[in-house]
Amino acid sequence: MGVPLIDIRGLTVDFDAGQRVVRALHGVDLAIHGGEAVGLVGESGSGKSVTWLAALGLLGNRARIGGEVLFEGRNLVGAPASDLEAVRGARIAMIFQDPSSSLNPVYRIGQQLAEALQLHRGMSGAAALAEAARLLDRVGIADATRRLRDYPHELSGGMNQRVMIAMALSGQPRILVADEPTTALDATIQAQILELLQEIRRDSAMALVLISHDLGVVAENTDRVCVMYAGRIVEDAPIATIFEAPAHPYTSGLLAALPDLEGPRRRLLAIPGVVPEPWNLPLGCSFAPRCPEFERACEAAVPPAIELVHGHRAACIHARSGSA
Amino acid sequence: MMRYLAGRLLRALLTIFLVVTFAFFVLRLSGDPALLIMSVDAPPESIEAFRKSWGLDQPIWMQYLAYIGHALTGDLGNSMRDGRPAIQLVLERVPATLAITVPAFFLKIAIGVPAGIYAALHRNSFADRLTMLLSVAGFTMPSFVLALLLVLVFSVQLGWLPSSGSEGMANAILPIVTLGAAGAAILARFTRSAMLEVLGQPYIRAASAKGLSWRRVVTEHALPNAAIPTTTIIGFMVGTLIAGAVVVESVFAWPGIGRLLVVSVANRDLAVVQTILLFVAATMVSANIIVDFVYGWIDPRMRTAPR
Repeated sequence: MGVPLIDIRGLTVDFDAGQRVVRALHGVDLAIHGGEAVGLVGESGSGKSVTWLAALGLLGNRARIGGEVLFEGRNLVGAPASDLEAVRGARIAMIFQDPSSSLNPVYRIGQQLAEALQLHRGMSGAAALAEAARLLDRVGIADATRRLRDYPHELSGGMNQRVMIAMALSGQPRILVADEPTTALDATIQAQILELLQEIRRDSAMALVLISHDLGVVAENTDRVCVMYAGRIVEDAPIATIFEAPAHPYTSGLLAALPDLEGPRRRLLAIPGVVPEPWNLPLGCSFAPRCPEFERACEAAVPPAIELVHGHRAACIHARSGSA
Repeated sequence: MMRYLAGRLLRALLTIFLVVTFAFFVLRLSGDPALLIMSVDAPPESIEAFRKSWGLDQPIWMQYLAYIGHALTGDLGNSMRDGRPAIQLVLERVPATLAITVPAFFLKIAIGVPAGIYAALHRNSFADRLTMLLSVAGFTMPSFVLALLLVLVFSVQLGWLPSSGSEGMANAILPIVTLGAAGAAILARFTRSAMLEVLGQPYIRAASAKGLSWRRVVTEHALPNAAIPTTTIIGFMVGTLIAGAVVVESVFAWPGIGRLLVVSVANRDLAVVQTILLFVAATMVSANIIVDFVYGWIDPRMRTAPR
């Protein structure tokens, strides 16, 4: 597949919480190639968003970041602020969960788009507004020129997310990271936004990282999925493999909790227990206390990720015998 | 918009009316001015004559109706002490008060707002803690204590500034600093929390993710939003320009409205006290209306909300 567009290696994040330091990310390895669509799935607190916020240096000064994020010949971890600013928005854009509060309430949509265009493409004045209108049109907002004069509170959540996407496109990025882009939206709007993201990816050869807690959403919109649990990627595989031969019991658990559209009606199965707190992780495998296949050996050490077949990794001691 | 404006104005007038009414009754029920103004050994018949000449022998509701009637024609009564119109006495004192409250107002903003912003941007740093410590000290310390401390240092020890009086610019400095320090302390604390609130908002992270430098994120995205709540407290400070210096004027013997109020209350100089309270209410209410308009101007959500 050649050289990946971005290569995250052994990424760790520690939050300095006053008395103690809490590790939120325990060495994440993730490589993404140009034009690829990758889903990141896991419960809240599993480290999906933190991975990308850390990669872009957006976690603030209370976070200590280790490992490497190799992107276009540079390591973004520890890079100077000016280097990171040149990557953010321009090379790697990010959209967030709550679009209405991700836009600044005191500026018009047009001003906020023009700001991004000025930053990434050096456009200003009428040219920037014309391009802003074109972008709004591109993301399916009707009457774009008029909408430029609106404030975020005058638009619906779905419209605001379209504006955020338009803003992300303004830098013509290589990667778009969509962090739970539809969680705050109605189901019908959700489908439209995901469809829009698909369409843009097809047209622009941009890579898409879709962060979601919903395996169903990820399955429909990406080619490959990384399942995260308690700050680690526990399984990384093509979508088809995940559904046909999940190697990690946590992945199996997520699948069992997913309703089938075809086939007989069945009871959805919840995974028992809760995600452990990051400062109180169990010994060995973090999933062990909730795992149906638990055995003593699980507590001995954190299981390393094993490549089962090419393109399918899992971090479980049962993985080799289980499904490969 | 016009209806909103009219409603706002009507409420403002009602507030002023209630303040005036309340002041009228409290003042009249809390002591007899005749006994205070006339000397102790004055014969009963001259006290009676004094009461009669000021209408104090009438039932209180008659007095009230007469007062309101006159006030509506612009006559706020005369001072019982020197017989001149109360409004004239009060207006004479306005420049002196404004001469210390206006510079103090700008001092508060000039120190409080930048200190609050700096503290928020360097949260939990030494500078933040020091600022907040000074801030707590500044607004918990009664203003007369601070005034006396300043006098002790700058007048008694160093001999740089006069401790009281109103002969020149030098006399105004200590009153201005006393007033300014307390206000700056409140404003610093308020600005800091407004700023921290805004810095935690998703649009700040989104602005960083867009590729803006931290400096631009702060100046272009955080500050305009933090200005919205800070405006409220600054507006409130505009409301205290007339009456906010009562204690400080008394300590420094500064001949402003505050001092006139203290003297007039002590003397039961009814018309003067009522006129001052009317002024105070009017400035407070006007300040509130101004804040409302500034709000609509800086926060687009307020502008379109009643649509």
